[in-house]
Amino acid sequence: MEKTIITVVGNDAVGIIAKVCTYLAENNVNILDISQTIVQGYFNMMMVTDTSASARHTVELAEELTELGKEIGVVIHCQHEDIFNMMHRI
Amino acid sequence: MINIFEVNETNKMIEQENLDVRTITMGISLLDCIDSDLEVLNRKIYDKITNRARDLVSTGETISREYGIPIVNKRISVTPIALVGGAACKKPEDFVTLAQTLDRAAKTVGVNFIGGYSALVSKGMTPAEKNLLDSIPQALALTDRVCSSVNVGSTKTGINMDAVKLMGEIVKKTAQATREQDSLGCAKLVVFCNAPDDNPFMAGAFHGVTEPDCVINVGVSGPGVVKKALERVRGKDFETLCEQIKRTAFKVTRVGQLVAQEASRRLKVPFGIVDLSLAPTPAIGDSVAEILEEIGLEKAGAPGTTAALALLNDQVKKGGVMASTAVGGLSGAFIPVSEDQGMIDAVSAGALTLEKLEAMTCVCSVGLDMIAVPGDTSAATIAGIIADEAAIGMVNQKTTAVRLIPVIGKGVGETVEFGGLLGHAPIMPVSAFSCEAFVERGGRIPAPIHSFKN
Repeated sequence: MEKTIITVVGNDAVGIIAKVCTYLAENNVNILDISQTIVQGYFNMMMVTDTSASARHTVELAEELTELGKEIGVVIHCQHEDIFNMMHRI
Repeated sequence: MINIFEVNETNKMIEQENLDVRTITMGISLLDCIDSDLEVLNRKIYDKITNRARDLVSTGETISREYGIPIVNKRISVTPIALVGGAACKKPEDFVTLAQTLDRAAKTVGVNFIGGYSALVSKGMTPAEKNLLDSIPQALALTDRVCSSVNVGSTKTGINMDAVKLMGEIVKKTAQATREQDSLGCAKLVVFCNAPDDNPFMAGAFHGVTEPDCVINVGVSGPGVVKKALERVRGKDFETLCEQIKRTAFKVTRVGQLVAQEASRRLKVPFGIVDLSLAPTPAIGDSVAEILEEIGLEKAGAPGTTAALALLNDQVKKGGVMASTAVGGLSGAFIPVSEDQGMIDAVSAGALTLEKLEAMTCVCSVGLDMIAVPGDTSAATIAGIIADEAAIGMVNQKTTAVRLIPVIGKGVGETVEFGGLLGHAPIMPVSAFSCEAFVERGGRIPAPIHSFKN
């Protein structure tokens, strides 16, 4: 399994999750977990996804998600899970 | 499983607190390139570097994008060129051709610096090493990306004062040779005592002879992250402060370890070390001086600065050591002047002097770094400063270094602009009292005794 963490931060609006999920479905990325919270008034979502079935490389997904974020007015990051595991788990 | 708060913490460090991996440095041995024919030697060096480091930059960029962590520099260090060129180079000009080859190879593979135009002369100097030293001013003037370093002393050998005297002159000549660019050549020249073999940071990186054929070393950074973390423990006692630095250093170093492992795996080159350094940049919020201020000093240089720096340096190591499988290089807090906005401000405000900086170098890595001094500072005075700094390293069994820039045509009160990561610096006053007779003695300061520690 190739796990990536996708984060979405920005002003809340209708359809943010829908647009991100549609993109992921089109690219055959499986969503394993979603959590969402409001931090200091900002919409804050994190998805754990599995990209192993996707034909696209993580780097390409990250770039396109960043572009998608710009279209809908939020900041989207897509990062390999290991950077968080390394930093927060011993 | 990782939760949203942990993810946010990491991303906040990257986006708002300047967390980055400062450098992936590939060490390449050039010992197998040695040839008595200068032309053949130049060709072999170019071929080996461009072959080994072909994918270094692209791999670094892919890792950076996959993990969402900036990797600022991709660099190369090579075997000290005095060893590699000894058989082929009969005069300083021959060595300059090797510098130009290194520069060309660096440009081909796209790295921004290549280190190792170096000589290790802590006990004595071979004719080849003397030629290399003499070639440094021209080599740095004729190349853009080559960095040079000279090790003039060590705890085991003492200090080679003939080399110290010569380096005082070489620094001045390098300043003259690059006077059109505010003596920029001196920013690429370091004089060491106890130079490490595996340092990934420029300008002092070289690939020591104890190293394998090719190796990946990574230098981490993160002064901004430490500063922000310390804001949360304002007014608390030293135990709390130290715990906070350790925790933060651990997290920062883990990222370096990840990048080092991945780079090593993808490039099929063994992993060497992670250098646990707090390396500042001129960017706002990426300053070691600001950490010292956050610890409780009005400005870096105020009384208490040496103690604050000592605890910072030690906690960074304690936190970082557990985060990495192998630690090496310089590992500690860097206190360059021109590359740290807080240091620049402290100098401009009159809080920080050359003498206080010298005291600070007793407790941190590395030494008097990126300090601009008046262009009319004599070679003997520069040699005296080098000798002082080398003595601190020799006696305290630590690495020390000097990277002074005597800016030709400029004096105290003026500012020099180097641009980019090298930053800008106010020109600092230097003691006007002479050390000429001391430097003129020549010979060697013997190694210190390793017992009766007081």
